[in-house]
Order: sequence, then C-alpha cells, then structure tokens
Amino acid sequence: MKVPLSWLRECVDLPAVTAHEVADKLTAAGLKLESITSHGYDVKNVVVGEVLEVEELTGFKKPIRHCKVEVGEATPREIVCGAVNFAVGDRVPVVLPGGVLPGGFEVGARKTYGRMSEGMICSERELGLGDSHDGIMVLPPDTPIGADVVELLGLRDDVIELEITPDIGYALSIRGVAREAATGFGVPFRDPADVELPEQAESSWPASIADPTACDRFVLRQVSGFDPEAQSPLWMRVRLSRAGMRPVSLAVDITNYLMLELGQPLHAFDTGKLTGEIVVRRARQGERLETLDHVVRDLDPDDILITDDSGPISMAGTMGGLETEISGGSTDIVIEAAHFSATGISRESRRHNLVSEASKRFERGVDRELPLVASWRAAQLLAELGGATVHPGVTHAQVDVTPARIAIPASHPGDVAGIPYSKETVVQRLEQIGCIVVDGDDPAVRRGGVDPTGVVTGGELAAKLAVTGDDMITVTPPSWRPDITDPSDLAEEVIRLEGYENLPSVLPTAPAGAGLTEGQRLHRRVGRVLAEAGYVEVLAYPFISADDFDQLQLPADDARRRAMRLSNPLAEDEPLMRTTLLPGLLKTLVRNVGRGFGDVALFETGAVYRPREGAPATAPVLGVEGRPTAEELASIEEALPDQPIRVAVVLAGEFDRSGWWGAGRQASWADAVQAARLVAGEARLDLSISADQHEPWHPGRCAALYVGDTLVGHAGELHPRVVEAYGLPPRTAAMELELTRLQSAMPGPVQAPAISGYPVATQDVALLVPDFTPVADVEAALRDGAGELLESIRLFDVYTGEQVGQGNKSLAYTLRFRAPDRTLTAEETTAARDAAVALAADRVGAQLRSG
Amino acid sequence: MSDYDPVEVTPLHADEVSRMEADALAAIKTADSLDALKQARLAHAGDRSPIALANREIGALPPAARAEAGKRVGGARKAINEALVARQAELEAERDARVLVEEAVDVTQPWDRRPRGARHPLTTMQERIEDSFVAMGYEVVEGPELEAEWFNFEALNIAKDHPARSEHDTFFVGSADSGMVLRTQTSPLQIRALLERGAPCYAIAPGKTFRTDELDATHTPVFHQTEGLAVDKGLTMAHLKGTLDRFAEVMFGEGITTRFRPNYFPFTEPSAEMDLKCFVCRGASAVPGNPPCRTCKSEGWIEWGGCGMVNPRVLVACGIDPSVYSGFAFGMGIERTLMFRHNAEDMRDMIEGDVRFTLPFGMEI
Repeated sequence: MKVPLSWLRECVDLPAVTAHEVADKLTAAGLKLESITSHGYDVKNVVVGEVLEVEELTGFKKPIRHCKVEVGEATPREIVCGAVNFAVGDRVPVVLPGGVLPGGFEVGARKTYGRMSEGMICSERELGLGDSHDGIMVLPPDTPIGADVVELLGLRDDVIELEITPDIGYALSIRGVAREAATGFGVPFRDPADVELPEQAESSWPASIADPTACDRFVLRQVSGFDPEAQSPLWMRVRLSRAGMRPVSLAVDITNYLMLELGQPLHAFDTGKLTGEIVVRRARQGERLETLDHVVRDLDPDDILITDDSGPISMAGTMGGLETEISGGSTDIVIEAAHFSATGISRESRRHNLVSEASKRFERGVDRELPLVASWRAAQLLAELGGATVHPGVTHAQVDVTPARIAIPASHPGDVAGIPYSKETVVQRLEQIGCIVVDGDDPAVRRGGVDPTGVVTGGELAAKLAVTGDDMITVTPPSWRPDITDPSDLAEEVIRLEGYENLPSVLPTAPAGAGLTEGQRLHRRVGRVLAEAGYVEVLAYPFISADDFDQLQLPADDARRRAMRLSNPLAEDEPLMRTTLLPGLLKTLVRNVGRGFGDVALFETGAVYRPREGAPATAPVLGVEGRPTAEELASIEEALPDQPIRVAVVLAGEFDRSGWWGAGRQASWADAVQAARLVAGEARLDLSISADQHEPWHPGRCAALYVGDTLVGHAGELHPRVVEAYGLPPRTAAMELELTRLQSAMPGPVQAPAISGYPVATQDVALLVPDFTPVADVEAALRDGAGELLESIRLFDVYTGEQVGQGNKSLAYTLRFRAPDRTLTAEETTAARDAAVALAADRVGAQLRSG
Repeated sequence: MSDYDPVEVTPLHADEVSRMEADALAAIKTADSLDALKQARLAHAGDRSPIALANREIGALPPAARAEAGKRVGGARKAINEALVARQAELEAERDARVLVEEAVDVTQPWDRRPRGARHPLTTMQERIEDSFVAMGYEVVEGPELEAEWFNFEALNIAKDHPARSEHDTFFVGSADSGMVLRTQTSPLQIRALLERGAPCYAIAPGKTFRTDELDATHTPVFHQTEGLAVDKGLTMAHLKGTLDRFAEVMFGEGITTRFRPNYFPFTEPSAEMDLKCFVCRGASAVPGNPPCRTCKSEGWIEWGGCGMVNPRVLVACGIDPSVYSGFAFGMGIERTLMFRHNAEDMRDMIEGDVRFTLPFGMEI
C-alpha cells in the first residue's frame, strides 16, 4: 500500500513530523515500512510562463519550435521546444537555466537547432507527475505568470509504502492507515467515510441478492449526462500515480481514487449496456464471460457473478465484463458498491488466477458499512468533475448480519502479555480501534458461523476459545475489523497499541529436557566422521527427473523409479521427488570438477521419498475444532510416503593426494565401501559386505552392505555407463545407505573389553583359494575356526600369479592369539591355527600353502 | 726364589710408568673419532696394554716395594681412564651435533595427503541453534518434509481460502487436491509435537522447507528454518521475549537482544516480527554521523524471524485446553542467519555445493 503523506494528512491532524517518523509509528503498530519515496524536493526554478510567440523551424526531421515565453522577468525567455500541443497565449511550466527537474536533471542555457534555448518547457512526466508524455503540460489560463510551479501544483510529497499483512484489509486504504496514524500520535482522526447521506426512499436500477452466502450488501446508484471528455484533475492523477495506479479516465479514476481512500472497491457499468434487473448469484454450468482483460473465462458454479437479463456481466469483486464496461463515450453510469463473501472472492480469484486491487481487498475483508457511503461519494465526484446529474434514488439489497461480540475478562490482554494493564487502558485501546465496549458478559450474544476470511467462529469452537474470569467486558468490533473474532485478537490489539517495546523480558524455566536422542546424535556423528575422512557435505535439491533413472541405468521395474510427483515443479524436467541421493551428489560432483576441482569427495545426508505400496492418493484434510482421532491421524500418515534418512558419498580423482612425498592414490570402490564402514561404525555396527550387482554400480565392483540379514545399502565403483551419462570422471565411486535402518539396528552401549595381561602368540598362514572366493568368507571361516583364543586377524597380502596357478589367489593372514588367564603354549596356538585352516578348507576349499 | 732380582722389573720403574701414561694420554687426545678412541682404549687401557701388563708385575715385587709401585701404576691408570671418559663425552657430543644437523628437514613442507572435508554451514548452524535451546531444556523434534496439508495449513489456522495461504507459494504433490504438499514452513512440527507429546511441551524443530521461488541471490525454493514451541501453564509474551533475548545472547554475545514489531501469522496471536540488535555495530550505525554498518545496513537492527503466542485455535486443534495452557512459538531462517552472521552474500553458494564455499566452515560454526 503506497500512501502519499499529503493524502494521509487530510484524514489525520499529524504534527510536524517527517515521513520517517510517521512510518516508524505505523511500523510499531504493525503496518511495516517498505520504503519511502520523496517527490519534488530536488526540483528547482520551475515557473509558470506564457507563450508569447511561436516560430516553426524547418529543415529538421521532426517539428521544432522556437518560442518567446514571458516568465515575469525583465525580458521574455527564448526557448526551443519539440512539442506542438500548445499555442500562443497558453500558460506552461518552464524550467529556467540553473533549474533542476526530478531525478537531479539540471537544465542550462544552450544552443540547439541553431537557436539559443534558455531553459525548457515541461511535460507532466518531466515534472514527475505521471507517465503522460503526450506533450507540454498546459496550465489553466488564470495561472499567475512567474509563480513557482512546485508550490502551485503541490509537487512535493513523500510516499510511504507499507507492507500490509493479510489480516488487516482495512489498512489497504488511506482511511485505515490514517486511523492507525491518529492512534499512534494520539491526534484526532477525520473519517473520510463520515458523510451525511440524504434520506432516499426511491430506488435506483433494480437489483437483488439471489445467494446470501455470496453477498450480504449490494448498492447501486445512477448518474447521467456525464461528460466523457472530462479530464481527471491533476491532483487526482498525481495521487493515483503516486499511490501506484495508472490514471485511465475520469470515471475509472474516481472509482480507483475512492477505493484507495476508503478501501471500498467500486465498479461502474455503462447504463446503456444493461438489460433488466441485476442479480448477484453463483455461476451456472457452462456460463462464460469475457472480462476487461479480453480473456473469455469459463465460469465455475462456485464463482460469484453480477448478472442481468443478458447473463453474467461481471465477476464479483474480481474483474468486470468487457461488454458492460464504461467506454470513452459513456454518459450514463451505474455505480456498484457491494460487500461480497471474502472466501468466495478469494476462491474466485485463485481459481481464475486473477488478482486485482478489488479482489485483494475483498478477500481480506472490506468494511460492510462502506457501500452506501462510497457509492454516494462516487456519484458526487462524477457530478462535480464530470458534469453528471445524480439520480435521486439508491438501490440497497442486503442480508441481515449480526455483528460479532466477544467477552473477555478485562485482565485478559495483560495475562497474555505478562504485564498488567488497567481496565481503563484496555477499554480505551479497544475503543481507539473502533470497538464498542460494555461491562459484563452476555454469552447469548455470541454468534455462530463463518467470518468473512473463512475463520469458523461461534458454536463449540467459540466455547473452547472462551476466556472467563472476573470483571468481564463485552466487545463489539467495528465493521472494518472482521478479523477480530477471538479473545486473543482483542489481546493483540491492546498489546500492540501499548507497545511491544514495553513488554518485559522474562526467561521461563522449562522442565529439564533429555537432550538429543540417540538418532540425532548418530546423525551428527555420521556427518562428522565423513567430514573428518575427507568428504565435504552438500545439500542438494531433492528434485529429480525421470531421466535420472535412465542415467542411473535403473531397470524398468526398479522400486526407485516409483517417485512422488510435484504438480507444480519449478523446472518442468525435474518434477519428481528423489528416491535416491545420488543424482544430486553426482551433479554437484560434476559442477566441482568443471570448476577445476578434479579431486573431490562429497557426502549428503537427507530424506528420500518412497511411495508406499497401495497408499491412498490423497491425505484427508481434517477438521480443526478439536483433536483428531487416532484413526483420522493414521489416515493422513497412510497417504504420506516413507521418508527415511539416507547418507551417500561420491568421490573421484585422487583421494590420497600426490605431492612431494610421492604419488597419491586414486579414489576407488574401496574408499566407498570404507565410507560405509565408517558410518556403520558410528552406529556401533559391523557391516557384512558381499558382492552384488545393483545399478548404478559396476556389476563387478559393487558391494551390498548388510547389518545382520538387513540390506542397508550399496557401495563401489559406478557403472561406466553411469559415468558416461553424467559426464563423471572415470572410476567415480559412490556409496548410499539408509541411516534410518542402521539406527533401528543400533546395539546398546559398548561393553568394555577385558584386557588380558598375558603375552600374544602370532601365527602367519598363507591360503590358496579359487580367485572368485570372497575374502570376507575366508576370514569368517578362519575366525570361526580359530575359536575364542583368536584376538585379531589381518589380511596382509593378496597374491595372484604363476606361483599359485591360474584361477587361484593366495591370501596371507596374521593371526594373533591370546588367552585371558594364561600364557598360551606353542601347542595350543598351533592347534587353534590348524582348526582355523581346517574350517577354511572345509567351507571355501582353502589349501594351506607350504613354505 | 732367592736369586730373583727385583731391580730388574723394568716396567715398574717410575720413568717407565710415566712414559706409558704420557703415551696413553697423547693417544687419547689425538683420537679424532669414536672409533679411534676405541682403538686408543684397547691399546692403552685394554687387557694387553703396557700399563695393564705393568700392573701384573706388581705381585713380583718384594712386599716392601709393592705399595709404592701399586700407587704409581694405579695413579697412571686413573688418569688414563679419566681422560678416556672425558674424550668419549667430547666425541659423542660432536657426533650428536653433526648427525642431528644432517637429519634436519624443512618443516614448512605441506602434508595434505588426505585433506579434511567439512560439514555444510547450514547443518552446523542448525545444530548450534538446536544446542542453544537444548541447553534451555528444549528437545529437538523432526517430521516429514512431504507433509499433509492439514498439518501444514489447517491445523495452523490457515484455512483453505485464507489470503495467508496464497502467500505461501506451495509445491503441491500429486494433484493440487491430494492433501499433500512440500511443507512451506517448519510449523507443522509444532502440531506433530503437540499431538505426540501433549502439554507441557518445549520443542525445537529444525528442517528443510519449500516454496516455489526461483533460485537467485536471496531466494531459494528449498531452504531451512528452525521453529521453537513452548506450551505450558502461564506462559506469556514476556516469556517469549525473555527466551529470544537469551537465545540472541547465546548466539551473538552479551548485550545483543531482540526487538518485537507487530506482524501477522495465522498460528500465533499476538504475532510479532523479531529483530536482532546488530551484533557488529551494536546499533551505533543507526545514529547519524556514525560510520555505516554493512551487516545491518546502518539500521541498527537485523530482521531475524517471526514469533508470537500460540493461537488458542491451534491448541484446540491439538486437543489442548487453551484455558489451562498457553504457549509461544518462534521461527527463523537458517540461510538468513548464515548470511548475516557470516557475510554470506549469495544464497546460490549455499546450494551449489562448491567445495570452496563449504570447506572453511569446518566441523562447527
């Protein structure tokens, strides 16, 4: 909402304060300052001149005039001008040499088109008065020559732009802002809606309300003999454009001007284009209307319409129809001022994606008492400025509405604030915003139903929200505050006017908390251990494309291809919610490589979204009048996808860097598997690793990660086709596992080991196995076979080559044995080693290598 | 035995002993390495050295002469041994000095064989905020990012046709009437916390949130918020102010407090905008004539988040009796906090995952 300060001052006796001081007060009241724009302060030396002579210069590409202009000095000025819309004898604004126009544009005397030009004759736009650049601004003939144009036209003004929150529709008007300013400065407010309306028994153009849920007040007035050629006065055009609206024509400008001043949207129909009674009703199936913006709209049965015998003529509170619009030739006008259902207009506006100045106000709630006043003032202005005759009657259709009343203890606002306010203060503040306050509580006065912004009031909910206590007061909010429905709304009004800056600061004592959960600690540890290991955390967007599934080489029936889809994605090609963390990480890896970082290791922890088999397509929208039942809540959860937390890493280039110490080491499948082990270790779990074939991994370099029998993820080198599809460095490796599954498998606290003080006995064995035998199986056999005396086992060499024969590999292990209670004998150690080898022979066909 | 002539035991002559001593000392002195000294020890103090052989002859002397000869030889041996020890120490010191110098390295050579990674500053900022509140007794709650409309809107008193609803540029899942959205705020976690825990409830709810804004320097469609909620008997707006003042001090240092301005949120009533006193200029830059402040743009205050008293309608929707319990809630953007606390000027840097942006933030923020 843009508020010219001069306009505001008409409605409130502001003291001598700057625009910033006014804005500060309004901000403190909840009308937040966006910006202040100053107009006209930089303009200097612009005076009224009379054109004495005009000489048309020839030989130029466009018409050029050399003029003599009387500006009240000793001699007239010579000025060259490119506009032709003025004549000898016209009074015009002239900026003299040394003068300044808006924007700091300095004007001097200079030679142009072969003549001297001592200044410039100005257009409206050059004076900062709007967009009109049709030519020179011609002033009324009685304007005094030599007068200061800035003073004369009131060029100087400040425009305060305020951010208006959606609850306070009344502040989308000069009237509403002025009321807040008056309260803020403690000065009188002059209500521009406070006009004496004549008693009018006659009615105007016939109208009725067919649907009382759509509209509860509908007012029509008529004028005739309006001069369609009449121009809007300069002051009106200046105010409109400074308030952000484009001047159009006098009739339209008047409706816009009153909407800005009062907050009541108005609509003007060309009387000659109306046929029969106007009826406010909902649309019928198949009805259409071409609106002012030349769009033919298919209407929805829920749309609120203004209709006559010809059918729809306007979309209520949103946009008028093209057919009945006033045009450049309209002389007879019907003015509509109405109070429509806020939710109705809100729906209509959203349904047709049509946000207008009118719909913005209606959906936020317009003062129900304004239509009679606003339409009357519109008629008066059409008469005053456009020579129209006002018809004596008024059509007033309405539905009875009982105003809301709220009872609270006088202490309630103070109880909410945490600082006591006297009853006098509470009553005074509520009266300042326009409430009627009476002592006592009459529960019978509370109404039920739905308030204009769709908030359910009354009934059972009102009973639950009721606040009772001693010294009750009953408050009737003013007609322009439909947002005030609950005791807490009244509390807020009192507290904000008393000043948020006066609230005390008291730290409450919360009950002792339990700190972070095991899962939250695990999540943090996982991030830390990966970062310590060299990975940099990434927070990629969770949006992916169906192409990602192809690039990842996922088979057609892969469960990860089943994804939740956004109906309004930001990028049309990424409408899916990720079912794996890898696409985001891989794209981030490519970006880093492209920026010159070829050695890169990244990780992400975050949710993936996995639709549940057989889940309902919609989640019910429950009521809000009380706690939903367990079944109702379960019906919501059923529809939502599973959203487990995963952790993934990707890495490429050197993981151990080359340097003066020698060659580095390329990132490999082994690093990816090790990353999984690090993560599992933080959950105090040992992973079982087995070879697997699972996209997007290299079929020969892919590890399945298990905790017990539960598959938790995969790690390894990516499939070469995936590398190619994403443009990754060769041999990029990746790991992805589901943290949520690790979390549920987490064992209890670590059991402290008993430390034996007896000496260790070491035995090395070299085993020959077929080269397809997984090392993990060999090691498991050795462990199981060695029994309890085994302290540790370490693979220190893997050899393939001629000495072991084609198709074999040799695995060399160091076994360390120790007993808790004695020094082991050589016989005991050898027996344990032999048992280990025997089991390995038995399980995987391992042969002990001699020598 | 009687024909034995003791006078003929030459090695025990005083002159001879002195000569042996002098030879030994000279050899020790001229030994220029530990090896040479070892040779000198063998030659002049070893079992077969002249002085050792002389020592053996003492027994052959008549008893009357033994004492004097023993004294003479013993003195010489002592002198030789002392010289050996001293020279040994000298040579060892020389060797040590030489070898350690030879082994010196350039300790300025780098050793970044496996550079450390880093955690994302948005993650660590979120954790820091969590920790501030955990210290006050709050517990951290989590919930789904793909959320039911009822949790994201209705239960928070944002009715279907309320204008506040259209201010949330919402991502809809499936069809627009599926009842499922990407949560536009972390506030649905308030509802989940209240439904699960009931009152009293002190919870902090961080997480990802989504709005259909195009990515630019100051907007991102996926961002992070942290929401706080306290519901208990007798909580007031003064308690809300006290809590946020304390939080501001914990995050930004002593004396850094908050300021409230009226605002509107459907789920709080009264509602306020929360500003943080500028922790760089401490408000000084707002006074004309003082140097400007980049962090608060010389306004003295930094917009930080929103807050208010939990709307009793929200309590009702969660089955909590507003005549017994009251509460407050607050929320702030993590990206925004990172921007002003660390002078991060472009939100795209937080999204793109360029390692140069993240690495300096390390493990904690």
